[in-house]
Amino acid sequence: MLDWREDVDAALEEAKRTDRPALLDFTAAPL
Amino acid sequence: MYPDPRVEALIRDSFIPIRIDVRGKPELMERFNVQWTPTILLFAPDGREHHRIEGFLETGDFLAQLLLGLGHVARARGKWDEAIARYEEVLARHPDADAAPAAQYWRGVARYKKSGDPAELAATTKAFQERYADTPWATKASVWG
Repeated sequence: MLDWREDVDAALEEAKRTDRPALLDFTAAPL
Repeated sequence: MYPDPRVEALIRDSFIPIRIDVRGKPELMERFNVQWTPTILLFAPDGREHHRIEGFLETGDFLAQLLLGLGHVARARGKWDEAIARYEEVLARHPDADAAPAAQYWRGVARYKKSGDPAELAATTKAFQERYADTPWATKASVWG
């Protein structure tokens, strides 16, 4: 299972801090 | 979700994954200029978007798009070897994917950026004569030959 983040700004900050790309998945499907 | 383990592994190994349920979140669709779902945005660590995947894709095409996006992120950061490797991964693993001609084009750009040698661009033009000749990417590369 993927560890999906749901707080966008916190996750983008995490990407910056850890020097990793970020993937934003916009969905209307049930989570 | 992503039932194919290859997709899950690539996302897990390469990205901070963020999922946004757009229902009730119009402000995030507006912020990122997203008009439809599914939409996948790929960001460099500095928060700049470098690739966008709109609409459903079969697994092979989706994997190829993710690899293409990783190439774009690496290229934008001046990581030429990594970018070239990602584009070559698209060409080797997903040669029939829609992303493959784009990968061949951008591999040429990354090789040129790395070496400064225009022969890399001419070699890319020649490569398009051998494969993906009937694609818009071949037209784009035709001016380099």
